[in-house]
Amino acid sequence: MRKVAIYGKGGIGKSTTTQNTVAALAEMGKKVMVVGCDPKADSTRLLLGGLAQKSVLDTIRDEGEDIELDDIRRDGFGSCKCVESGGPEPGVGCAGRGIITSINMLEQLGAYDESEELDYAFYDVLGDVVCGGFAMPIRQGKAQEIYIVCSGEMMAMYAANNICKGIMKFAESGGVRLGGLICNSRNVDNESEMIQEFAKRLGTQMIHFVPRDNDVQRAEIRKMTVIDWNPEAPQADEYRTLARNIDNNELFVIPKPLEIEELESLLLEYGLLEAA
Amino acid sequence: MAPDSPEQAVELTPDGTLTSEGLREELLKAYPKKSRRKREKQFVINEKTVNEDGTVTLPQIGANTRTIPGILTQRGCTYAGCKGVILGPTRDIVNITHGPIGCGYYSWLTRRNQTSAPNDSDANYMTYCFSTDMQDENIIFGGEKKLAAAIQEAYDIFQPKAIAVFSTCPVGLIGDDVHQVAKDMKEKLGINIFGFSCEGYKGVSQSAGHHIANNQVFKHVVGTDNTPRSKFSINLLGEYNIGGDAFVLEDLLERCGIELVSTFSGNSTYDQFANAHMANLNAVMCHRSINYVADMIEKKYGTPWIKVNFIGAKSTAKSLRKIGEYFADEKLMEQIEKVISEEYPAVFEAQKKYKPSLEGKRVMLFVGGSRAHHYQDLFGELGMKTVAAGYEFAHRDDYEGRAVIPDIKIDADSRNIEELHVDADPDMYDSDKVRDKWAKEEKGYTFAEYDGMMTQMAEKALVIDDINHYESEELIKRVKPDLFCAGIKEKYVVQKMGVPCKQLHSYDYGGPYAGFRGAIEFYKDIDRLVNAKVWKMIKAPWDE
Repeated sequence: MRKVAIYGKGGIGKSTTTQNTVAALAEMGKKVMVVGCDPKADSTRLLLGGLAQKSVLDTIRDEGEDIELDDIRRDGFGSCKCVESGGPEPGVGCAGRGIITSINMLEQLGAYDESEELDYAFYDVLGDVVCGGFAMPIRQGKAQEIYIVCSGEMMAMYAANNICKGIMKFAESGGVRLGGLICNSRNVDNESEMIQEFAKRLGTQMIHFVPRDNDVQRAEIRKMTVIDWNPEAPQADEYRTLARNIDNNELFVIPKPLEIEELESLLLEYGLLEAA
Repeated sequence: MAPDSPEQAVELTPDGTLTSEGLREELLKAYPKKSRRKREKQFVINEKTVNEDGTVTLPQIGANTRTIPGILTQRGCTYAGCKGVILGPTRDIVNITHGPIGCGYYSWLTRRNQTSAPNDSDANYMTYCFSTDMQDENIIFGGEKKLAAAIQEAYDIFQPKAIAVFSTCPVGLIGDDVHQVAKDMKEKLGINIFGFSCEGYKGVSQSAGHHIANNQVFKHVVGTDNTPRSKFSINLLGEYNIGGDAFVLEDLLERCGIELVSTFSGNSTYDQFANAHMANLNAVMCHRSINYVADMIEKKYGTPWIKVNFIGAKSTAKSLRKIGEYFADEKLMEQIEKVISEEYPAVFEAQKKYKPSLEGKRVMLFVGGSRAHHYQDLFGELGMKTVAAGYEFAHRDDYEGRAVIPDIKIDADSRNIEELHVDADPDMYDSDKVRDKWAKEEKGYTFAEYDGMMTQMAEKALVIDDINHYESEELIKRVKPDLFCAGIKEKYVVQKMGVPCKQLHSYDYGGPYAGFRGAIEFYKDIDRLVNAKVWKMIKAPWDE
């Protein structure tokens, strides 16, 4: 089983990209589990057709610790397994601790056991790795490969670079590797070239360039992935390509994060200079 | 206090082969460079310089700084200082620990603070341990609701006059707003409810917790009951009724005709705290833990404070006389003399009985923020010599005297603790009291004065702040003292080395040791401990 964590700046499209990719993998016949690690618990709504999932933490709270896997895991599109970690209301308690607790619970309940015959487990993690809890999915023995969703916008690239610093720390102790950057296009000038160059300097690759297409929103409003809503749509093929690239990926690296000056000069070189 | 002739240096061992300098160097040698630099400042030889004007300059000691990680310190945490030391000993405030159950359980009654309610129907919560018992779930989703429910439950069962809430480490990490919960519940229930941000990790030791406790009690309780008190009324600050010390002092003061308005906080009640500002004098026992309240009461109400010490018969007599002198009433002073003369014959008798078998024995005291000093008086009365002493959590002023306060460097750790800004109360500030204080000061009466431990200690005695297990073990091995005074964490390590250890936090199973009666009790206990034959039998027969 491959354990994959998806990171990236808040609002960049991590959950949307993850679910569309998972749908494509499921279509390919892969057995996939998605673990949403966002307190908002909205990482699986496109796969489940709405926010139909009771989160791990809510279940523990209501039922005590004596729970079964079926209480917290539901089947979604293409028989993928969906889990939401959940968490407290904004401004209360400790969401990081929540993620630690729910991933431990999943392990104890055997969600990752061989008997489950999973090909993939995906962790969809909150935008900023603000504390130890949000790094839980990439600690020792958890996810081994990470994809960072980004775009050609400056802040998205800053965030990606920062996440690489975090990966470096855990790569040394836990063996997690960066599998590539997923460019979720914002229609920035020279976006594809810039991200390819950015990826190269990080020592990785742009695993796919996902063009901007309103079909994603059209599917989302119907609580569906693109593949589910319209398998014929060109955007569905984009996600199929992304899924295939991930499935065939063999380039796993410890990233070399850029110094801020280098990152800024890259932005100037590819984007801002020409626009000015 | 200045010695007339050069003092004779302390003899660390009877054969006089060990010098303080040599011993210090031997012990410090083991440290890596950076650690050594820090310990050097906290490991001082008490070399007093007599100046031309007769004043004495003491060496400067490093104190109230972070313990070096990896060192086995004696220190406790901020929560322990706030809940365990200051508020714990009160009788009728429901003290709720907001946190995991262990924090509440292990801070419950372990110092042997005693309480005694006048009647069975009067509140006495000392025997209860209140905790919100935070679980993983409360950490994740926040514990405010559980805290509110705990307050409600405690109220429903006991209807106390006040409830205090103590924050443990996780509460600070997840950001539960205990003060807002306390405020809301205070409005709802109509009793006084207040919180303490005394998370264990704040500050360098329990000392930070004392300060936080002082602040909140002053802010939320002191000054809420203006019932007038008699002319000769005092508060006893920094007396925690371990082993029943406060009971002895309550009785002693009453017989002298001195009204005790409140004790902070042994066997105290909420009403006493609320009314404390109406006393005419504050008498401070443990300077370290409670001087903040004394200072704040003086700033707001004009009530002056003096340092007292009721540990040791001589110090007790001196402290009573100092209180009498403050009130400057013939009859009161006569009564005080009468009580002293009633008490003293038994003290003399006991000294005569126990001194011969104890005289000349060498003691080390490493405990607290005032006890390591105060108990030197008792040992002095027995002719025992303090060769080394130090505090766990005291500040420089407790070693070198309050004169150094302006020179104490404020570091980031002290800044982390709130310093209340206190102004004179427009209605309650007593200017007469202040004028009276000035007049007395002119005649030589000293207020707000504490000379610290080092002034009293012998020349070249070792003064060691925040001692650790390595240093204590080495001291014991090399100096082989006749008695070591510390706490439960040290006790059995010390005794396994064949040296008796007296706990001065909890008094082991003994006490009271305060006042005249307490002194006699102490002489007896020390004789029994130090002269027990068991210390020569520590080695197993097969190790002989």
